[in-house]
Amino acid sequence: MNATSVDEEFNPSVHVYEPHKVGLPALRPYFKALWQRREFAAEMSRTNIRAANTNTFFGQVWLVLNPLLLAAVYYLLVDIIAGGSSKIDAGERFAHMCGGLFAFYYFSGAMTAGAASVVGGGKLLMNQSFPRMLLPLSAVRTAFFRFLPTLVVYLVIHLAMRQRLHWAMLLAPAFLIMLTVFAAGMGMIFAALQVYFRDTTSFLPYFVRIWLYLSPVLWFAEQAPAKFKGFIQYNPLYPLIGGWADLLVRGDIPKWQMWAGGGFWAIVAFVIGSLFFMSREREFVVRL
Amino acid sequence: MSVSDTEKKPMQKSPSDIPAVKVQDVSITYRTTFERVPTFKSALVRFGRGERAVREVKAVQNVSFDVNHGTTIGIIGANGAGKSTLMRAVAGILPPTSGRIEVHGRVSTLLSLGVGFNAALSGKENVVLGGLAAGLSRKEIEARYEEIAEFAELGDFMEMPMRTYSSGMFSRLAFSVAVHMDPDILLIDEALSAGDASFKTKAAAKMSELVTNSRTMFLVSHAMSSVRELCNDCIWLHKGKLMMRGEPNEVIQAYTKFLQVGEAEAVSLEDL
Repeated sequence: MNATSVDEEFNPSVHVYEPHKVGLPALRPYFKALWQRREFAAEMSRTNIRAANTNTFFGQVWLVLNPLLLAAVYYLLVDIIAGGSSKIDAGERFAHMCGGLFAFYYFSGAMTAGAASVVGGGKLLMNQSFPRMLLPLSAVRTAFFRFLPTLVVYLVIHLAMRQRLHWAMLLAPAFLIMLTVFAAGMGMIFAALQVYFRDTTSFLPYFVRIWLYLSPVLWFAEQAPAKFKGFIQYNPLYPLIGGWADLLVRGDIPKWQMWAGGGFWAIVAFVIGSLFFMSREREFVVRL
Repeated sequence: MSVSDTEKKPMQKSPSDIPAVKVQDVSITYRTTFERVPTFKSALVRFGRGERAVREVKAVQNVSFDVNHGTTIGIIGANGAGKSTLMRAVAGILPPTSGRIEVHGRVSTLLSLGVGFNAALSGKENVVLGGLAAGLSRKEIEARYEEIAEFAELGDFMEMPMRTYSSGMFSRLAFSVAVHMDPDILLIDEALSAGDASFKTKAAAKMSELVTNSRTMFLVSHAMSSVRELCNDCIWLHKGKLMMRGEPNEVIQAYTKFLQVGEAEAVSLEDL
């Protein structure tokens, strides 16, 4: 997997293994091999979804139960314990909170699972040679398919809160795609980091929690607390989740800055994440 | 479980005369941290003291050899001699630190038991997953699945989660998968230690069948008798260095002498 003679890499009949120079593998054969084995990533994520809840009583119902419980917990936290700020547009606020929370938990789930995929895939890594990037990407796919039932739950909440349906809602998936690309990039960065510093596993949940409070999930994007106003635009999730929620909840088409910001962060995270991951992945086996 | 003499002809040359595996002056050095699991805290502490994190473990040192097509080569040596490391390098999993490895043909590995198996999934799902990871298409796997299941003799267990398997069942499935991947080069690492007597016999027969079809096979084993019976070539590694290469009988003799264990005693200790 570390052949320096370019065209032989991942070629099924002739392999040359030489000490790798620090840096990237040959990109073309790498992505070719990655594409050839996409079925592996898909199958791994399918079986993981199937196996995930086989031991529980509710089984796959958990895919719907999880977002419902999540919504209930935050409803308790924000509207009952904290007293809620205004009673005027309570329905919209609640729908917004659910839409934002579900997207955020999708993002954090994809990122955390992607981060754990390499260290967790120990035996597979030790015994098979394949482009390692398949592991975080497979984790993101798993998170995506687990997220789909959540969308139905949101739709029910949206209608139950007597929110109107807008044509603009159909544009929301664009932000979902950007969010997914962003999550994949972050997942790869943390997956590679975790090989070197195992502490990342324990550190990540707190990082995610703080990120939740700094993102327009529990409040609308334009109602950012005054303290945050100065730097909120540097939070990648501000355009990503803000734009998503604007479209989904209120049917407002976000300003171009939101689109550009979301696309920018998604591409930057993915490019940096994948380059960092690829330049490190040949060292993973030695470090596990 | 004996292989006829015709199959033990040493190293038939392949038509092209290109060796299946060419290992040229390969060294592999693990750079591991002092602590078993690297943590951020210890990295900070080390950073403060100005220490370096790595300790080098020279697993394989300047090993060179060629293996021709159709050879069954035994690799023997004490624990920690670098046998498994060398196998991982040939499979392309571990990069060599220096030197060059050239492999002509498709490699199938049966490395340390439990080849990437996920215990929550059924045997069947694991077979499919393993095949896809090895780069086979879904069709190719389906074509082989029947054979794999039949050979492993697991019956209904193929549909059960692998956490319900015994260690013998694990190794039977792992072996069955490895030999049915239709490899040009088969790497087997301590494969037969967990199967029961009848499966060991069957596995040995399967291996000699592969050898007669002029497949190339690497057999890492502590069971000298199986090396003697299956292999027509042998390598002895000691602490990462190539000690001897040649006829299995001679190499084994030298190895057992080196260990200062009587031949007879060594045989009685084996499990195959």
